Amino acid sequence: MDFDDTPQEAAFRKKARAWLEKNAKLRAPDDAADELGEREDAGTIAAAKAWQAKKFDEGFAVLTWPKEYGGQALSRVENVVWNQEEAKFKTPPNIYGIGHGMLGPTLMAHGTPEQKAKYLRDMARGQVVWCQLFSEPAAGSDLAGLRTSAVRDGDGWVVNGQKIWSTGAHYSDLGMIVTRTDPDAAKHAGLSYFIVDMKAKGVEVRPIKQINGGSGFNEVFFSNVRVPDSNRLGAVGDGWRVALTTLMNERVAIGAGGGAGRFRELMNLARQARRNGRPALEDSAVRQKLADFYIKSQGLKYTGMRTLTALSQGQTPGPEGSIGKAVGAPLSQQMAAFALELQGAMGAVHAEDLSPQEGLWQDAYLGSPGIRIAGGTDEILRNIIAERVLRLPPEMRVDKDRPFRDIPSGSVRKA
Amino acid sequence: MNFDFSEDQKFVQKTARDYLVEHSDLAVCRAVLESEQPYDKNLWKGVAEMGWLGAVVPESYGGAGLGHLELVLIAEEIGRSLAPIPFSSSVYLATEALLRHGSEEQKKKYLPRLCSGDLIGSFAVAEGLGDLDGAVETRFEKGKLTGTKLPVPDGDVAGLAVVLAKEGSGHSLALVELGAPGVAQTALKSFDPSRSMGRIELRDAPADRLGEAGRGRELASALLDRAAVMMAFEQIGGAARALEITREFTMNRWAFGRPVASFQVLKHRMADLYAAIELARSNAFYGAWALSHDAPELAIAAPAARVAASDAFQLAGEEMVQMHGGVGFTWEYDCHLFYRRARWTGAALGSPSEWREKLIQRLEKQHAA
Repeated sequence: MDFDDTPQEAAFRKKARAWLEKNAKLRAPDDAADELGEREDAGTIAAAKAWQAKKFDEGFAVLTWPKEYGGQALSRVENVVWNQEEAKFKTPPNIYGIGHGMLGPTLMAHGTPEQKAKYLRDMARGQVVWCQLFSEPAAGSDLAGLRTSAVRDGDGWVVNGQKIWSTGAHYSDLGMIVTRTDPDAAKHAGLSYFIVDMKAKGVEVRPIKQINGGSGFNEVFFSNVRVPDSNRLGAVGDGWRVALTTLMNERVAIGAGGGAGRFRELMNLARQARRNGRPALEDSAVRQKLADFYIKSQGLKYTGMRTLTALSQGQTPGPEGSIGKAVGAPLSQQMAAFALELQGAMGAVHAEDLSPQEGLWQDAYLGSPGIRIAGGTDEILRNIIAERVLRLPPEMRVDKDRPFRDIPSGSVRKA
Repeated sequence: MNFDFSEDQKFVQKTARDYLVEHSDLAVCRAVLESEQPYDKNLWKGVAEMGWLGAVVPESYGGAGLGHLELVLIAEEIGRSLAPIPFSSSVYLATEALLRHGSEEQKKKYLPRLCSGDLIGSFAVAEGLGDLDGAVETRFEKGKLTGTKLPVPDGDVAGLAVVLAKEGSGHSLALVELGAPGVAQTALKSFDPSRSMGRIELRDAPADRLGEAGRGRELASALLDRAAVMMAFEQIGGAARALEITREFTMNRWAFGRPVASFQVLKHRMADLYAAIELARSNAFYGAWALSHDAPELAIAAPAARVAASDAFQLAGEEMVQMHGGVGFTWEYDCHLFYRRARWTGAALGSPSEWREKLIQRLEKQHAA
């Protein structure tokens, strides 16, 4: 048991570090990494693309991809080492998480040789940006209940319907979409998977305004959008299997800070805020609560290290990885709520110039519900842990063996 | 980075599990719980022969010369099997105290007997309600101890106690042989009768200082940190076993035409329990690393492991009873064995809220530095 790099990891860290020092500026220790902004401007996107092209040209992009697609054929641990080092430098936000982490591997697994040759290197170099078109207003956690249709028309398909929660659709060039091609088949059997041109006629992208005022996601409307059959990934009716490949590649949160940085901020706030005429940090109820937050944060951090160790020993991370998000997402909301409680009546103020730490906790409290929902809700993650780790019985499915068109549905959209 | 146990260490764990599956069935725990005997003497002899009592003791003192990374995995198995023996008091506390602070003479005198199991050690800190190391009235003067220690985990069956006492204007640790004149040991009715609690009354009992005079509180606190990590593994073992048994039961118990394990409300609660156990395990791993490297990080890692593991085991015990329904509340089912053990282990080294406070005090110091 140790926290040291293996010789191979150390060598790669040194190499990565040297390149980063030459090409980027070191971040101040307290300066958190730039999260992907809400509604990025053209300048941010251009900077992200330029940084990606530079990394690609000098051999530091898509590290785990095979060399034939522009990757470096490195291990996932070396990729984590890279991420740790890159995070120490001021770099543009990463707009390629979904493309490189999920869509690329899907294309590698299911694409024809022509499709791989056509798309993968460009995807890797980042000049063509991809988005994912999966969720729909009536198909979120129950993704296979999606209704966007693709109907055969000559040598192509015509797509109609609506997708939602598509991160980055507004700056993407291409997307991967799951559609229903056979409403008479059972739910999971009637789906097909396509690559779609986001600039094609009939594609309309609309930002969604979130409860925190930001707009990181989009609705995407498809009105008679023509897609050539050569853009199909996998067989007609086999779209669910292709989609599962995409979903399996959703990144396990590895080597994340575990919220420990935020914890220090919370301690600082407890020093600043007053309770009974003394710093709140001297209040026993506050201290007990802080201890629990710290212990959970550390538990998450060391769980990440256990996962990383399994990776470096050549094991595939299993569904245990769901713990990170199942616990981490509600934890960040709880910490933010407690921080606002410490502020007393000032917890009802949200003003950068007046609120402690420039409104950090107000922002966090408004943003945190999104983390509990996106990429698998708290509830879905508990199902995953229950069914795939503890092997408890799967949910009863009343819609399993019926033609899709006979499955009753409500509508979540306002008329 | 390698944040895992080695193959050799895992082999030690497997050996321990195999042994305890054979010799420490839950029926063994129940037999102690239902009888007047304070612990299972055969099992105690058996684990001594396996070398576990002296796992981290050098061979020259009769030990097995292993490290703490092996010992914590044995502890996990002790916890899984709810072994009804005074393992934690003798091994994590008394033996550790001698190893770290004993003079050569003290080590020679006591360690071989602790390793062989002929002598049971205990750690006597508390004097009644509240914080474990709160007010101490017991005095150590001119080689004699006077005062009452209550409760002392396994204090009724121990032959040797490490006692925290006032000495002059400070505190010291002292070793007292419990068969000596001036010592009275009584068994208390324990919340978990498969693990003992005792009272030790000392009246001019001959004692021998352990470690430096005047540093008793500091030494006791550091020893409790070490024990907390080892106990955390015991608690995690117990919690994981409770979840396994509960899973089996809910898979086979049918209601409303389906296994109760198929109801989402139970699935989600079992998932939450699993997450609590794994987060505790991760904190305990870090504690084990700090323990085995004598790292200063132990001051932070130990309370984190202690709280996470105590809370996870408590949750496991409570959920186990609840998810079994009516039979969970019967004497006949084993749920109460876990429910009781969770409480006993959660209290014996001081309550989790006491350890939360310790953690914050230490973080304040660290942030100030």
